[in-house]
Amino acid sequence: MTTINPDRLSPALRTEALEQLLTERGLVDPAVMDKFISTYENDVGPLNGAKVVAKAWTDPEYKARLLAEGTAAIKELGFAGPQGEHIVVLENTESVHHVVTCTLCSCYPWPVLGLPPGWYKDPAYRARIVREPRTVLAEMGLTLSDDVEVKVWDSSSEVRYLVLPLRPAGTEEASEEELTAHVTRDMMVGVAR
Amino acid sequence: MSSIANMGGTDGWGRATAPTPDEPVFAEPWEGRAFAMTLLTMGRISGRNLDAFRHALGSLDREAYLDDGYYGRWLNAAELMLTDSAIIAPGAVDARVRANQGESVEQPPAPEQDAKPDYKPTAAGSLRTVEEAPRFAVGDRVTAKDVDPTGHTQLVGYLRGRTGVVTIIQPAALLPDTHAHFQGENAQHVYAVEFDSRDLWGPDAEPFTLTADLFDSYLEPA
Repeated sequence: MTTINPDRLSPALRTEALEQLLTERGLVDPAVMDKFISTYENDVGPLNGAKVVAKAWTDPEYKARLLAEGTAAIKELGFAGPQGEHIVVLENTESVHHVVTCTLCSCYPWPVLGLPPGWYKDPAYRARIVREPRTVLAEMGLTLSDDVEVKVWDSSSEVRYLVLPLRPAGTEEASEEELTAHVTRDMMVGVAR
Repeated sequence: MSSIANMGGTDGWGRATAPTPDEPVFAEPWEGRAFAMTLLTMGRISGRNLDAFRHALGSLDREAYLDDGYYGRWLNAAELMLTDSAIIAPGAVDARVRANQGESVEQPPAPEQDAKPDYKPTAAGSLRTVEEAPRFAVGDRVTAKDVDPTGHTQLVGYLRGRTGVVTIIQPAALLPDTHAHFQGENAQHVYAVEFDSRDLWGPDAEPFTLTADLFDSYLEPA
């Protein structure tokens, strides 16, 4: 890794300074910033995606719409917004496993998953998942058998991807609402199954 | 541009990080402030756009890109966009930090005249309508051009010169290569192209397919 220049000022102090410079001139309103932060801390996160997945697991017609026109089907549940202009849903099966990355930045489907977690933004994930995905997934705790086909998706345009995971065994009696508790962010990106 | 941001397939990053449950959205409060300020900077304050932001990220040096983490690089790119648009003076942020710490330091005044680009989007977002029919159909074999443009591009480095198959015709979108530089939206068709791992990394590669979204001008018929 790189050496850190000891003269560099911490990002926390630099963020504070930039906010002062812009606020003093009326270019930003700290209350607007608070709203953005609170939206992504409290309202827009992987629970949205979990609701989409749970509905697809229990409603075959919804699942068909979701796979055919992801953006519209997701919007039916009220989820839309930045980084979600066009969402393609990828269905995992017993023999196919999808995993999503963005090697160029860290593009991520915000309306259904919120902001990306640390591992997704890590250079090791961005660089290596497109080259040795089975090895990287195993390092992250997911070992796939050789008969599962791996499909990696690099989000290199404005299209965003959401993985529709397999419904876990033993959940046949669960309601749509109960099923949301079985859906994790990691499953919807494809680093868990 | 072969910038630090073009990370796909590069070496030297170590092991992947295992996910942890209940990771906070922002690890520290400043990260949320940097996130929100960058969103406001992108269009409203600097008069730039999302692709210009991505270009600013890719223009950072290694230290500025990596050492302060993800929101650190957002902050650094926001500062770059603000100085490029002459909203703040170069060095103003660091000078303010030192002044806040009680140092006697001259703070550069804000530029008298901004230098926002001559830019206005034709519509919200990045999806656009293209009248002519897509050049390629699902099932066509296409090769990503083996070129290295000097400006912004989203033609990922590890696909250049490689051949794959069109699997989805995506909605048309404005071209990041020109949009990032305020040289027009140049909306194009976009194709999901699937590559075989052995065509990317050689015969000993792990078996898998890799799909990326590629703009029409990045491709030629195979």
